[in-house]
Amino acid sequence: MNSAQVSSVVSKGAQATLVDCRDAYASALEEMAAQDVRVCAVVNDSVSSTKLKSFKAKFPDRFVNVGIAEQNMVGVGNGLANGGMIPYVCGASCFLTARAMEQIKVDLAYSKANVRICGMSPGMAYGQLGPTHHAIEDIAWTRILPNMTIVVPADAIETAAAMQYSLVHQGPMYLRISRMMVPKVHDDNYEFKLGNAVLLSEGTDITLIAIGVLVGRALEAARLLAARGISARVLNMSTVKPLDREAIIDAARSTRGIVTAEESLAAGGLGGAVAEVLAEEHPAPMRILGIKDVFAPTGTEEFLLDHFGLNAAGIERAALELFENEG
Amino acid sequence: MNAGMSELRINELAPALERAEWLKQKANWIRMSAMTMTHHAHLGHTGGDLSAADILAVLYLGGILHLDPSQPLWPQRDRFILSKGHCSAALYSTLALRGFFPIDDLKTHMDPLSMFNGHPDRNKLPGVEANTGPLGHGLPIAVGAALAARMRKESWRAFVLTGDGELQEGSNWEAAMTAQHYGLDSLTVIVDRNMIQQGDFTENTIRMEPLAERWRAFGFAVEEIDGHDHAALLQRLGNLPIEPGKPTCLIAHTIKGKGVSFAENKPAWHHGVPTREQLVMAAKELGVEVGW
Repeated sequence: MNSAQVSSVVSKGAQATLVDCRDAYASALEEMAAQDVRVCAVVNDSVSSTKLKSFKAKFPDRFVNVGIAEQNMVGVGNGLANGGMIPYVCGASCFLTARAMEQIKVDLAYSKANVRICGMSPGMAYGQLGPTHHAIEDIAWTRILPNMTIVVPADAIETAAAMQYSLVHQGPMYLRISRMMVPKVHDDNYEFKLGNAVLLSEGTDITLIAIGVLVGRALEAARLLAARGISARVLNMSTVKPLDREAIIDAARSTRGIVTAEESLAAGGLGGAVAEVLAEEHPAPMRILGIKDVFAPTGTEEFLLDHFGLNAAGIERAALELFENEG
Repeated sequence: MNAGMSELRINELAPALERAEWLKQKANWIRMSAMTMTHHAHLGHTGGDLSAADILAVLYLGGILHLDPSQPLWPQRDRFILSKGHCSAALYSTLALRGFFPIDDLKTHMDPLSMFNGHPDRNKLPGVEANTGPLGHGLPIAVGAALAARMRKESWRAFVLTGDGELQEGSNWEAAMTAQHYGLDSLTVIVDRNMIQQGDFTENTIRMEPLAERWRAFGFAVEEIDGHDHAALLQRLGNLPIEPGKPTCLIAHTIKGKGVSFAENKPAWHHGVPTREQLVMAAKELGVEVGW
């Protein structure tokens, strides 16, 4: 695993604190705007859901609210970038990605525009509001676009670090910023490196690859597996694109199988991306944990994650199946 | 390359006197070049290339757009976005005349691996500001550019040329609301009002009238203008905005297929491709030879 970064797993005590990654993203954006006059924000009426009230107050001249108009919002992002600004186009993932998909394809990906789209409250964060407000398709949609970069931070530290990195990134980037309260999984001096899987826990029997809110749960699953004498490697694959192929191939070579876990459709997301690498480079037993070809029923995000087995027990179960089948 | 072509390589801007007549010649060259490119590729959008040629000539060769072809990404340049990206042959011909790349390069139009896509690509060609093709993308981009100029406290401006049928795309009106709300008077929208879209006349498809009133209702300062009158275009585009604090919309009344009798005002010429015989006829009517 040459390319993977090692980040020590923080103590159980530190994990007790849960955070909303949007706060980290919003403070990072303010810091960046203070550092660099080119940083600006575009929202679709979503001032509070994007947590940008304070940004708006501090940088009113660099804050654009286009109203409820996502197609326009992304096009405006392209124009701002053309004019020499570094726009952060922020809105709920479900509307931002779905409504503006052609603009994301043409104005951002095909144009190689220096625009960052920040999708807030992705996955099933808007739980009971229903599938209209869930963004479980967004990773599949954005992942297939040439020139697109996709980062799904797992905690506040990684969110802030990925935001700082985005300032120097060339080309379009999708940052998927979770709203669900998540534990800290990286230590304070964590450095974000685009395209590098983050090794959170070394292991030799099985590999768990997760993104976003599932990373903390994968670590928990690793502890459950350890209690059964199974050594699980945990990778935070926060850069979904470009994917760390080496880390995946290494996991396939040195462990008995790979479980992926994500708060999105099982088809076309992280699991699909990992499977594509394995199929070509090193076929290995695999379980893809996600939402299997259905729209979610009514429930809170927490309930729905459990419902779809996207929790420590679900990851542990999938890992045990692989381990037993391959043992 | 014949003598006629090298004569047209002149990159200096039109002399003040006779400017309109000079621009008319350039516009006809753009028409003939675009038709030749379309003939070469067996593909293109002749009708709209011809309706937009005078507007493009005035903007690029009439000294309206502040540009430097030797520095295509000069930060202070005016941004021009061709929202009706299917009329790329007219844009490419104009950019070549303005000196962004050699006129000879146009001969590779739509050839395999050519820089000249059927729709413009800013990463392939100097002078192209936006990758357009799907309709309703240009105005939001121009609004973003105008906002950037304001944020940077710079005086460059944003221009966008849209089709008329294109305004059926809702994203235009989303962007119009933003332009109004932010009072973007450095933004000028020019509507190529040729009355025809791909399948039929606009008014038979989805009624666009009263178009000027619609733009006024969206907070624009609006003027209707003859999109083939070079003197009028020079005068109006040289004195912007129409009203400080408001974005400008010029509804340029044009004729689809303008300048070539067999193509004028015929929906079939939206994407009609001229034969060699039709090219000869067009050259005669336009009084221009492009030499290939």
